[in-house]
Amino acid sequence: MMLLPFETVVRTHGRTVLRVCLSVAGADDADDAWSETFLSAMDAYPKLPNDANVEAWLVTIARRKAIDVVRARGRKPITVERLPEEPSTLGIPGALDDERAAAETVARAVSALPGRQRQAVTYHYLGGLPYQEVADIIGGTTDAARRAAADGIRALRRTMGARP
Amino acid sequence: MTDDTALHLDELHARLEQRAQDAGLLDVAYRTVDSPVGELLLATTERGIVRIAFQREGFDEVLQTLSAKVSPRVLRSPALLDDAATELDEYFEGKRRGFDLPLDFSLSHGFRRAVQGILPTIAYGSTASYAQVAAAAGSPRAMRAVGSACATNPLPLVVPCHRVLRTDGSLGGYAGGLEAKSTLLHLEAAA
Repeated sequence: MMLLPFETVVRTHGRTVLRVCLSVAGADDADDAWSETFLSAMDAYPKLPNDANVEAWLVTIARRKAIDVVRARGRKPITVERLPEEPSTLGIPGALDDERAAAETVARAVSALPGRQRQAVTYHYLGGLPYQEVADIIGGTTDAARRAAADGIRALRRTMGARP
Repeated sequence: MTDDTALHLDELHARLEQRAQDAGLLDVAYRTVDSPVGELLLATTERGIVRIAFQREGFDEVLQTLSAKVSPRVLRSPALLDDAATELDEYFEGKRRGFDLPLDFSLSHGFRRAVQGILPTIAYGSTASYAQVAAAAGSPRAMRAVGSACATNPLPLVVPCHRVLRTDGSLGGYAGGLEAKSTLLHLEAAA
């Protein structure tokens, strides 16, 4: 499997990235966050492993860029209200390369999850979308989305050997 | 999602094209254009036009090859190919006999590259045989290799492999199909 042309990545995941940007940064800053996300992704793209989970990778970048854009304006990211209550073991380290490497490791583990768990974890934990919006995308109820994400995180803890 | 979102994404895409270019990240820009020989895909690097493809070659495959051989930083970015599109339009209208576009031959190597370098010396409206091109390339017996060089020409139309025929005057082959080759030869003969 070779890397797809970046155009395909933008076309395939542009909407999801916009959703994450809207959810985290709000309508005023979503466009800037979207641009920053794809610029940063395009820069790093040639070094992305061929088997990477591109959606999880992008969603992770989108959430970080959305927070950056909002902070640069001196506002509080909207996402603060929506962070999961438990501390996440998927924390993103500070250094850029470490951050990318960690994002890729997580993305690979996430891509091994069954469909709905994978999407729920990607959109909620990596993208910062509230469960209601996750349910809008993947279908079903908000509670079902929450359960799928919880099951996914439990499976990830097992496969990644993370501390509880 | 709604059509509004699709429009919004188009705007965001246009902004990304500009910003990627400003940041030096746009390694391969492409667009498609309509023509009398069907839809064409045009791709350019910073150095020049790197690929012109016919629809029958499969645009997805062509883009995938560009991604693998040049760079995966491939983005649809029509503005960067405005000049190429204009020159091709003029050519198809019979108003242009040669192209003034910078070319990037990075998809060709060795003898093929050498042959493709000779092809623009075949004047508009005239033709040459595979044997004549082989002789001009300094390898008179390499007719077959000349055929391969024409068949793998990454820059058809601009590098006029359609002007190369068999010694008996029959068409030989063409990546765009024989009908396209014959259309181009008639266009040039009429102009």
